[in-house]
Amino acid sequence: MSGRTLKFVLALTAPVLALIAAFAITSLVLIVAGDPVIEVWDQLLSIPQGRNVGNIIDNATVLYLSGLAAAVGFRMNLFNIGVDGQYRIAAFVAAVVAGEAWLPGYLNTALAVVCAMAVGALWAGIAGVLRATRGVSEVISTIMLNFIATGLVAYLLRKAAVREPGSNVIGTKEIPEGSRIPNFTISEGPPVVHVYGFLVIAILVGFLYWFVLNKTRFGFDLRATGSSTTAAVASGISVKKMTIAAMLLSGAVAGLVGLPILLGSSYAYGSTFQSGLGFAGIAIALLGRNHAVGVAVGALLFAYLNEQSNPLQIVVGVSPQIVAITQGVIVLTVVVSYELVRRYGVRLEQQLVARALEQEREQDKKEATA
Amino acid sequence: MSVPATATEAKAPNGATSSARRLPRFWLLYAALSAVLLLSVLQLVTGATDLTSSGTISATLIATMPIMLAGLGGLWSERAGIVNIGLEGMMVLGTYGAGYFGYHYGAWAAVLGAILMGTLGGLVHAVATVIFGVDHIISGVAINIIAFGAVQYLASLTFVGLPGGGTTQSPKIPDVPALTIDPLSDALFDVEKKDVFFVSEIAAILRALVDNLSSLVIISLLLLVVTWYLLWRTSFGLRLRACGESPSAAESLGVKVLRYKFAAVLISGGLAGLAGGFLAIVASSNYRDGQTGGRGYIGLAAMIFGNWRPGGLLAGSGLFGYTQSLGLRGGGDSVKALLLAAAVLAIAAAFLQARRGSRVASGLIAAVGVLLGVTYFLIDSVPGDFSGMTPYVITLLVLAFASQRLRMPAADGQIYRKGSAG
Repeated sequence: MSGRTLKFVLALTAPVLALIAAFAITSLVLIVAGDPVIEVWDQLLSIPQGRNVGNIIDNATVLYLSGLAAAVGFRMNLFNIGVDGQYRIAAFVAAVVAGEAWLPGYLNTALAVVCAMAVGALWAGIAGVLRATRGVSEVISTIMLNFIATGLVAYLLRKAAVREPGSNVIGTKEIPEGSRIPNFTISEGPPVVHVYGFLVIAILVGFLYWFVLNKTRFGFDLRATGSSTTAAVASGISVKKMTIAAMLLSGAVAGLVGLPILLGSSYAYGSTFQSGLGFAGIAIALLGRNHAVGVAVGALLFAYLNEQSNPLQIVVGVSPQIVAITQGVIVLTVVVSYELVRRYGVRLEQQLVARALEQEREQDKKEATA
Repeated sequence: MSVPATATEAKAPNGATSSARRLPRFWLLYAALSAVLLLSVLQLVTGATDLTSSGTISATLIATMPIMLAGLGGLWSERAGIVNIGLEGMMVLGTYGAGYFGYHYGAWAAVLGAILMGTLGGLVHAVATVIFGVDHIISGVAINIIAFGAVQYLASLTFVGLPGGGTTQSPKIPDVPALTIDPLSDALFDVEKKDVFFVSEIAAILRALVDNLSSLVIISLLLLVVTWYLLWRTSFGLRLRACGESPSAAESLGVKVLRYKFAAVLISGGLAGLAGGFLAIVASSNYRDGQTGGRGYIGLAAMIFGNWRPGGLLAGSGLFGYTQSLGLRGGGDSVKALLLAAAVLAIAAAFLQARRGSRVASGLIAAVGVLLGVTYFLIDSVPGDFSGMTPYVITLLVLAFASQRLRMPAADGQIYRKGSAG
């Protein structure tokens, strides 16, 4: 096997190993709890039909953006635990802006998207500035900012909200129809299956993520700082600036996370707006090794598990929360198996080099005697 | 083994005397007394009545203990060099443990069950970080995800069909016994009612301590003292802290670093589990979904606020518990009164900073102080959302303005592999 194919096989081994381990651990939990293992996997691993496919793609779109937001930070060795707070506060502001409809049609949508990115960047930027100027760990500050965002949004929501008649749910003003992003149809049916139009933007963001980080000087600086701060400083990169830039960028992407839902299905930010997407993003970024395509695969996997687990309660009488255990375990097993495979790869490489050196030495000896 | 320990211990007093800005011996007592004095003055100035009633103090004790226990869990693991973001998840496991074991086997089983479940969470964290060298933050995040899913899964498995139980809550569980010294309580209540400046406030606090005091509060406070003693007064503690400061040095002196780290994370999980159990047993009377409400993170914040020391941790969790219970008691007025105190304190701090010569910090703090003061006069009462945010804002401010004074264990968060000492 040549070095290149070996690398490729090893790179694939790690996630496969992780999934198998997660599969085994989940099964073990089910067995200990006395739940029907085979029926559960039968349901989870069945092929999704029609509307389920649409739901999976929708959910994956949201999770992909969340994963990318975390991945930007990871590339620079920054833990943006605050994606959760950033996307909620950003989605809230976007909902208010779009609901007010100061601009007509899609200009309004564009304004809302820009506002969301700016607010997300700003909120993450606080942590970036604190880290760069005061040396505050971004892990702690983003956790604190998450809770502050929760309180702030709850307060502002009550100030800005309109109550739907006869309901306890409060929300922002509905976004006018002309500013919504239309869903597009992937299957004429029956049943007709729609997916978020925002999917296109998510794919675009994924491409930009790959392009900026791998093909531009800025991206190189960012990755260099993440790999070795001292080397970055030596080559003239300002670590402070890069820290703030990375957090701003991560926050801007985080600002997009809630938008597919906002502009594609809920059209308003209410007290029931989906939360907790930020933490899933961290898991997905780890699973996808911060690679644009890898993160997409991770997002699809998580969305697939979420969707397939929904009918578990009805079909086999098992709580769908079992997949949360699977997802959490995947995070751990992914990290462990990448580390194990990396160590194995290093050892393999050392053996290859040692063998090559020995051959060279023998050849030298032969030539000397000849 | 004893040689390295005594060698390091002998150095400690020298280091202590050389530091000029050392806190006085009973600083925690002085701080508590001045806090009470401040509140008495505040009550006089603003006319808020609920700031130091014995009811508020009791509520504060109940609100403080889970935060303090979680922080104590953080203290154990971070002193051994393992960052524990998973405290929240371990607390969640603790609430379930209390619900399950409490319903089936009684109040004290609930306590043990909570500790057991928390320790299980700690075990996962320990295996991942100590044995497999997983990044501490990643492992913590994973544990939080697993714990939230696991308790919901377990709840629908074990609580559905029980009287009062369901997918989101357990049946009622019995409470641990509480301590009341009737004659003393009545006498103190008389003093409290008389409204004598400062004396009544002290009486209210003492009354809260002798009237219906849960035995779990006593145990929690004892655990704080025991932690302080074990970590700072025994050779076991010295070695454990050495693992957090310089694991390679510790290992080269014969300390079994990995074993200490492993044990510390297990204890950390147990304490966090007990924190969750406290919520289920004392603060409410059953397990409920989402009961922890981020208190694991507040505990982490209290520990950082307290500079990775037990006394500071108690002060931090007391402060956070106090603001929380004021907010919960519908005390928009009380929280508003605190704004005035914060404004005055901030301006005083700004003067101190200015005398020390740091103009930027002093300017910023003064601006915050003035802003708080203006807010005090402009608004009628503080909305509940903001009083809930207080711990997080305070922690951010402390980190931003006092991060030079904070000193976390030197090797905190670093992955250590056996044999790194060479």
